[in-house]
Amino acid sequence: MTQANRISGGQIDRTQSFRFTFDGQPYIGHPGDTLASALLANGVQLMGRSFKYHRPRGPLSAGSEEPNALVELRSGARQEPNTRATVAELFDGLTANSQNRWPSLRFDALAINDRLNTFFTAGFYYKTFMWPAAFWEKVYEPIIRRAAGLGSMSRLEDPDEYDKGFLHCDLLIIGAGPAGLMAALTAGRAGARVILADEDFRMGGRLNAETYAVGDQAGADWAADAVTELASLPNVRLMNRTTVVGAFDHGIYSAVERVSDHLPTPLPGKPRQTLWRIYSAHAISAGGATERPIAFENNDRPGIMLAGSLRAYANRWGVAVGDRVAVFTNNDDGLRSAKDLQAKGVDVVAVIDSREGGDLLPGIRHLRGAEVIDSGGKLGLRSITVRQSNGKTEVIRVNALGVSGGWNPNVNITSHHRSRPEWRADIAAFVPGAGGPDHLTSTGAAAGTLSTYGALATGQGQALAVLESLGRSAKPVALPKAEDAPIAISPLWYVHHGKGRAWIDPQNDVTIKDVKLAHQENFSSVEHLKRYTTLGMATDQGKTGNVIGLAVMAELTGRSIPDTGTTIYRPPYTPVAMGTLAGRSRGKEFKPFRLTPSHKWASEQGAVFVEVGNWLRTQWLPRAGETHWRQSVDREVLATRKSVGICDVTTLGKIDIQGTDAGAFLDRVYANTFSTLAVGKCRYGLMLREDGMVFDDGTTARMGEHEYVMTTTTANAVTVFRHLEFCRQCLWPDMDVQLISTTEAWAQYSVAGPNARNLLQKLVDQDISDAAFPYMGAGNVTVCGGLRARLFRISFSGELAYEIAVPTRYGDAMIRKLVGAGAEFDAVVYGTETLGVMRIEKGHVAGNELNGQSTALNMGLGKMVSKKKDSIGMAMAQREGMNDPAGYRLVGVKPVDPANPLTAGSHFLELGAAPVVENDGGWLTSMIYSPHLGSHIALGYLKAGDQKIGQRMRAVNFLNKTDTEVDIVSPHFFDPDGERLRG
Amino acid sequence: MVSHDLKPLTALGKDAAEVITLGPYTFTERFDVALASVATRRGRDKDLAKAAKAAGVPLPAPARFAAGTPYSAFWVAPDMWFVEAPFATHEDLARLLKIALGETASITEQTDAWVRFDISAPDLSPLLERLSNLDLSSLPIGYASRTVIEHLGTYLIKRSDTEVTLYGPRASAKSLLHALEVTAKSVI
Repeated sequence: MTQANRISGGQIDRTQSFRFTFDGQPYIGHPGDTLASALLANGVQLMGRSFKYHRPRGPLSAGSEEPNALVELRSGARQEPNTRATVAELFDGLTANSQNRWPSLRFDALAINDRLNTFFTAGFYYKTFMWPAAFWEKVYEPIIRRAAGLGSMSRLEDPDEYDKGFLHCDLLIIGAGPAGLMAALTAGRAGARVILADEDFRMGGRLNAETYAVGDQAGADWAADAVTELASLPNVRLMNRTTVVGAFDHGIYSAVERVSDHLPTPLPGKPRQTLWRIYSAHAISAGGATERPIAFENNDRPGIMLAGSLRAYANRWGVAVGDRVAVFTNNDDGLRSAKDLQAKGVDVVAVIDSREGGDLLPGIRHLRGAEVIDSGGKLGLRSITVRQSNGKTEVIRVNALGVSGGWNPNVNITSHHRSRPEWRADIAAFVPGAGGPDHLTSTGAAAGTLSTYGALATGQGQALAVLESLGRSAKPVALPKAEDAPIAISPLWYVHHGKGRAWIDPQNDVTIKDVKLAHQENFSSVEHLKRYTTLGMATDQGKTGNVIGLAVMAELTGRSIPDTGTTIYRPPYTPVAMGTLAGRSRGKEFKPFRLTPSHKWASEQGAVFVEVGNWLRTQWLPRAGETHWRQSVDREVLATRKSVGICDVTTLGKIDIQGTDAGAFLDRVYANTFSTLAVGKCRYGLMLREDGMVFDDGTTARMGEHEYVMTTTTANAVTVFRHLEFCRQCLWPDMDVQLISTTEAWAQYSVAGPNARNLLQKLVDQDISDAAFPYMGAGNVTVCGGLRARLFRISFSGELAYEIAVPTRYGDAMIRKLVGAGAEFDAVVYGTETLGVMRIEKGHVAGNELNGQSTALNMGLGKMVSKKKDSIGMAMAQREGMNDPAGYRLVGVKPVDPANPLTAGSHFLELGAAPVVENDGGWLTSMIYSPHLGSHIALGYLKAGDQKIGQRMRAVNFLNKTDTEVDIVSPHFFDPDGERLRG
Repeated sequence: MVSHDLKPLTALGKDAAEVITLGPYTFTERFDVALASVATRRGRDKDLAKAAKAAGVPLPAPARFAAGTPYSAFWVAPDMWFVEAPFATHEDLARLLKIALGETASITEQTDAWVRFDISAPDLSPLLERLSNLDLSSLPIGYASRTVIEHLGTYLIKRSDTEVTLYGPRASAKSLLHALEVTAKSVI
């Protein structure tokens, strides 16, 4: 392609060419180009279709405020929708496609919406899809959702990686234009730790887009020299391609660094983007200003853009957007565009200046008191209609029009703590208001100082103020000479003419008419205006359109703009990809894993693992020939009950509790008593919340006079520890108690079954006979000839059982020892499924019963709540409602026909009772198949369940469509008298 | 004293500690250090200080590490320290400390609750600023703090400008090392 619109100059590297495609068409651009500048250089103005009316659109701007030129960048899994062509840095091989059109960008069938625009005014959906109400969810919403949106998702997994990180500085400067650079030079030279972040790949801000001199240099050269000096300062960190997207508490800002977006694909191992959290003592917003257009009929055609952008394309990128150009302005800055373009040799056919009087531009047809009232063209601008000061209209043939309605200081980041911008009539714009984030100030154009010299001066001034507050001395330096023109603006928001549509928010297809309709229907507050019309939503967040919408509403309501108010900005400043926020926390790296000490051994055995929190626990261990998990689990259960089984129970929380008040402390946190527990013994403990509900359970052993080891459930290991620390530090700081987690320090194995003692005695160096180590005994022992270990005689399975703990580094060796020593007893290693089967057979509560809504009484453990002492939850557990004799009680459930399965979650109904809520008797909490009993069995909470043992009921499950007759039995299916575990 | 034949495994599940080098970064798993917590019994501050001094156990100020032979220590919480010693000679560190400090402190074995990685590089900032919110470059040598790395609660000790120690939860040793490795690869 020819790059027919490429003109001389600019900060592009013409020695290199990049090939790229747009909608499959090949083009050529240069390093330094954006996708938009390269397309414009190739004569492509049409880059997209509008959201609602599918109107042809080209770029309105040359920056991040862009509402129109949204494309799908890249292809395959890297395809990214709604990318602003104006900030997409060109690279060799870039592919982009237009979006929201079918079948092609030039011919879009949905452009029929434009013909039907009278139906698609603001509030169309609210009014049209109201009835029948039942249609909304199933009919209307799916259709609207399909039609809505701009770009499309690839629906493929993002192949790239995203980093996050943390930075610290004395001063964060947001924006590297003249104000930001001057502030950075001032603070950097004084030795402060400075971070200078700019969203552009080239620092310099508007200096890169202007022809102004700074001192005796071109502005862009001054900026380049400043960047070079800053780069030489070790205390200054320059971050280009980095957008500060949010201000948070305590001087914390978030910033997105586009590390690899300017490359075809990230380099191996490199992230695509990095999300930084920046901790700053001070911050300066030097984000510049955004130009706004003037609304007139059909002001949205490709080729109509902001006047400052028109000259930015010419000055920075060497692109003439058209060869017959006009400028429509209400301020002097618009005149600069005309002069710059003329100096570049572009044919500036007219300047339409809405202001009356004043000097005329030399050598240009300068129409004073005139307005553009309409435009013509189909897929691009072909003409404008001008109404001159005498009322006469004239059609002027042009293919580019620059529009300048004035400049809006960038108040975005200063609004993030709900500071409301304040109106400044002299520049006809909002400036940052009071009450913004602490230690954040604005400077330069972002503060309403719109000249280059003003930017340099305020940048230096703000930095000096920051340095003073940091206790650093620095003196102002002489500033270079620079443009310092006053603002000369006569506000004009929209052209009063005709009945056609004049766009104020092109991204959301919001027109003057829509604002008028909102007012007519009494949605005249700014917040209502935004939501009724969608003004200021989506990717550009109204950076160019908001103020015009407010101005129109102000006129309609007869109020001033400041009285009308403004919506305020929230993070993020520009769109942030979800992948950036997720960072590395996705897929199997969503969270870290915790591996048990037997993990390596279990992996070798082909164990099936289950995620339990972050832990990977063995769920069962299939043996050759077993094709269904039940075969493995049934075998593990039967073998354990017959002889002996081994299970890794390291995951249970272990908390070391020491101190002279340790026993008294436990009495307060447990519902039952521990201070009387003998050294060398352990006891089952029940922990309540303040509200009297059961919090957690476990066994706690007394290892010494002032030393206890508490075990918690796996799920609550952290929450119980946190709770105990709260109790220790806040509730009873006078107690002598010290806590520390030892969960991972010890590899702990349960050894259960009639041969448990025989197996363990082969490894434990001391005598563990029933006499020497009775039921609920606990103590320090040694194993295998001297390794320190802990032994607890506790049982979760109902069998004779022990838990043996060794230092974790020996955990792998210990499981191998146990398995080896167990061979003569046909020992099995079992997983969490078998654990679950045996605990339900024994009637022990676990997670399904410890659901946060159950009391000790519900669980059949009411007698454990000691009333002889005060403990957390004891008082509230006495509440009448929690002691209702007709309340839920834990029961066992068996199907009448052992062949019938049970379904967890089923509800109890009396025989013959209608399946309605009023007849609901409770529910099945846990269900398993018991190979021991040859039947499914379950635990459940049944109203007055203790009085219904022996009754026959129904277990009904509507979801699984099951209705099973069951017998209500004791929850202790297996060895109810506990003879085996005491054996 | 110990005659058992149980073979220990490192936190990474290997027979011996690993040393991994990625660009300028070296990650050395330390398997040769015993660890125990020492927490002051209420009201026994002076007694503990005296006993610790006599035993040569340093008890550094908040957020500090103190090196010594054989005992080094770092502060982990108000009135609580972790004491390090060579594993080969002090495998039963908790018992030894109990003998030395008696009832002035609560002492708990922590050796195998943690995995320790020593990380060295001429400039650690590019790596650690992507892992931890500590402002490493401005911290003094000997600084010790708890910090979260990829959801994992860890302790970081700045031993010199070019070396830090990380203690992370042992069961998540592989996840922690993975985080270190992928982050290192992203900056080399």
